[in-house]
Amino acid sequence: MSEKIYVLIDHGEGEIRTPSLESLALGQRMAEEAGFSLHALILGNEIGPLAERLGKQKVDSVLLVEDQKLANYDPDVYCRALSEILTEDQPYLFLMGHIYQNIDLAPKLAAAINRGLVTDCIGYRKEGDDFVFVRQMFRNKLNADVQFRSEHPWIVTLQTGATSVDDLKEGSGQVVERSLDLSAVELRRKQLEAFEATQGKVDLSQAELIVAVGRGIKKAENLKIIEELAEALGAEIAASRPVVDSEWLTRDRQIGSSGQTVSPRLYLACGISGAIQHIVGMKNAQCIVAINTDPNAPIFNIATYGIVGDLFEIVPALTKKLKE
Amino acid sequence: MKLLTCLKQIPDRDTRYEINAAGTGIKTSDLTFEISECDEYSLEESLKLREEHGGEVAILTLGPQRAEKSIRKGLAMGADRAILVRDDEGKVTTPHAVAKVLAEVLKEEEYDLILTGTQSDDWSYAQTGVLLAELLGLPHATIVMEIRADPAQKKVKALREMESGWFQWVELPMPAVLTIQAGISQIRYASLKGIMQAKKKEIRNVELSDLNVDLSSIPEIEVLKVYFPVVEKKAEILQGSTAEVVEQLVEKLKKEAKVL
Repeated sequence: MSEKIYVLIDHGEGEIRTPSLESLALGQRMAEEAGFSLHALILGNEIGPLAERLGKQKVDSVLLVEDQKLANYDPDVYCRALSEILTEDQPYLFLMGHIYQNIDLAPKLAAAINRGLVTDCIGYRKEGDDFVFVRQMFRNKLNADVQFRSEHPWIVTLQTGATSVDDLKEGSGQVVERSLDLSAVELRRKQLEAFEATQGKVDLSQAELIVAVGRGIKKAENLKIIEELAEALGAEIAASRPVVDSEWLTRDRQIGSSGQTVSPRLYLACGISGAIQHIVGMKNAQCIVAINTDPNAPIFNIATYGIVGDLFEIVPALTKKLKE
Repeated sequence: MKLLTCLKQIPDRDTRYEINAAGTGIKTSDLTFEISECDEYSLEESLKLREEHGGEVAILTLGPQRAEKSIRKGLAMGADRAILVRDDEGKVTTPHAVAKVLAEVLKEEEYDLILTGTQSDDWSYAQTGVLLAELLGLPHATIVMEIRADPAQKKVKALREMESGWFQWVELPMPAVLTIQAGISQIRYASLKGIMQAKKKEIRNVELSDLNVDLSSIPEIEVLKVYFPVVEKKAEILQGSTAEVVEQLVEKLKKEAKVL
């Protein structure tokens, strides 16, 4: 019997979440390469239509687990359900998206079943018969190849945007219902109200021109040059996470995975290194300009035009030029 | 409230690293070290909770002797005492192993809340806090941006950051583990008085060999190789003096990209 790859499918508001489809696309590639079978695993309540939709992808089967207790994510019940399935089925690999929900869940699962976990992977390599996983570290300055030295299933979380849903192949897989007895699981975490921080505040999603500022601005007083540039352009001001964390700008101006997603005509990134969490929020800009002192900053990988230099020189000069 | 904060000492965040001879990590000989950012925020939150509810803040660190310097900083910020699990040879590297060691030390401790960073700035696994919670059998919440504790009811409310600007409040019974996100508040500076007092505070050293942890039974992962990512530079880098690059840029934005 061949080995199996399982992919966890997360969903919300009746939709499959994109990072899970990215994980599925990676799972398809790995399964094909290794000659393994691929299975999508979806937990929830009254989610039959989602399972049907997954069955139209190239998978060997869709495992559907429905229970009232699984209607919303809870670490205790999700961990128990997954522990039971993984322990019984013993897949070779269990893939999950590196989304906030799985950052909350994956290590708990790894501890519960005493298996290895490699988080936030951007890809893999085949090393002989084994898979080696590639991940970023040291604030994305370095990559590491990581290998499991533990029993299967190996648990891997995959960085958002590391693969593309465009690679997803269609096919047909049978939906297999699976019932678990979760009645004894005690839910210790009580879910209270959720809210959107940006609601009713600054909406940058429609902005045509954006001047964005990052850690390179160094302190709040220095923001004046950014404001002047934005004014000269008639642009909105946005920020990467460190600027917002330091309270130099309000959170409703944050771009990235924990902030807003924008697609302006022009995105001018000043002193932003380009961590993946930022890039996912602005990569669809029509034209990206990056100003950064570090020639190796990842922002230059996606920018249209780059200036390697000191933003404290370049930005005022640019403002002056635009005013001419 | 009894608060326990896990602090990790990491290499200076803003340095340009060099790969070590084995190719499995970075050269640390010429580096300075500091507290990992999220961990410093978690210490700040612990201190705030103590100010509000009274009690004690203890620091728990796993690391070599040099980690004492970061611990002293934490004590100067206001923590009451510290435990350093000495791993001078760097035997304990992966998150699961770290969590097992910390869990063993915590068997002897009393606490209402354990606070850790969401992830470290060096290896950035984002696992240790949650692994620790499960190993201790405690409830947890991750990526926390605000805490409201109710020691009388033995409950804590935590505001979790979600994707796309969403937040959610959750409530947990205490004791619990919270992993703290950067930016939860503003980190205080140590006062001169704090620095003086820190010199007298206790740092209890625990030897790894004195703990009953079998590192061979841990589901390990191994870093085979560390390297600089291959950069596929897409950007057209503009060359010249400041005046020249600015002029080229405006020209290109108008005529080539046609976005102005």
